[in-house]
Amino acid sequence: MHLVYPAVLAALLFAIGVYGVLARRNAILVLMSVELMLNAVNLNLVAFDVWLRDTLHAGQALTLFTIAVAAAEIGIGLAIVLMVHRNKGTADVDRLRDTAEDPHDSSDETSTDGTSGGTPTGEKAEATA
Amino acid sequence: MIPAAQAAAEAHGFLSPTGVEIAFLLVGLVTLGAALVTVTTRQLVHAALWLVVALGGLAVEYLLLTAEFIAWVQVLIYVGSVVVLLLFGLMLTKAPIGRSPDADSGNRPAAVAVAVAAAAALVWVVVDAFRTTWIDLDGAVQGSTKVSGEILFRHWVLPFEALSVLLLAALVGAIVLSRKKKEGER
Repeated sequence: MHLVYPAVLAALLFAIGVYGVLARRNAILVLMSVELMLNAVNLNLVAFDVWLRDTLHAGQALTLFTIAVAAAEIGIGLAIVLMVHRNKGTADVDRLRDTAEDPHDSSDETSTDGTSGGTPTGEKAEATA
Repeated sequence: MIPAAQAAAEAHGFLSPTGVEIAFLLVGLVTLGAALVTVTTRQLVHAALWLVVALGGLAVEYLLLTAEFIAWVQVLIYVGSVVVLLLFGLMLTKAPIGRSPDADSGNRPAAVAVAVAAAAALVWVVVDAFRTTWIDLDGAVQGSTKVSGEILFRHWVLPFEALSVLLLAALVGAIVLSRKKKEGER
């Protein structure tokens, strides 16, 4: 089989994933697009491993590791998205602008900056949402 | 995309591609279409279900590349658990069931531009680099369960154990993050 087939398929899948990450609003759809990008990398790894006939099969071992890391990533990512949804009332990445530099709500920005955005501000945001 | 690959194949006298190539091409088209629908559909649950088609198609591609164990791991972990987790997430964040008009953000033209540029650059480089390269799929199966188990537990034991610790850490982290805090705490 020509090596170009899996390589081109992986490149196009990666580009589709890039589009999804950039264009989607819902954080869970962004996570789906990240999965597509990771799968494109996996396809490349498997194809090159089979092509090179590596005795250690580094490509396939790395693919298994990537799949496991992706599973961990999706677990942590969904937990974070659910926590944000519980605190802010939305999973819309365009509306999560706490750390954005916006001159209009600079008073709110200081209180919710970084990881210190705790329960009181979260409840306030949930009440307004 | 595909015409470029076909042209490269025909330039080397591959007038009749092998059956594996044809199957790979067809399944690849299905995978690409499902991935496109996944990132463009306005119905959020449908996106997750089309993701199943894309990931299943990739599992078939792994099978065609004789990496059997990877294919079944792909089916088990991605189709079996990741998509179910994503559906859980969609339900728990009260995603709208019908079509939601605001599924795409305002920077969609920029996203299209970046994606097309990335696709063009990657495909050009890849086709240019591997025009004359063929994968030899004959002979012993490259990724049967026996082979994968042997290399994984003979040469890759230490990364494997580190990965299990990482998974445990991720599990604990997810539990801590999603635990409901009591009133007096924090």
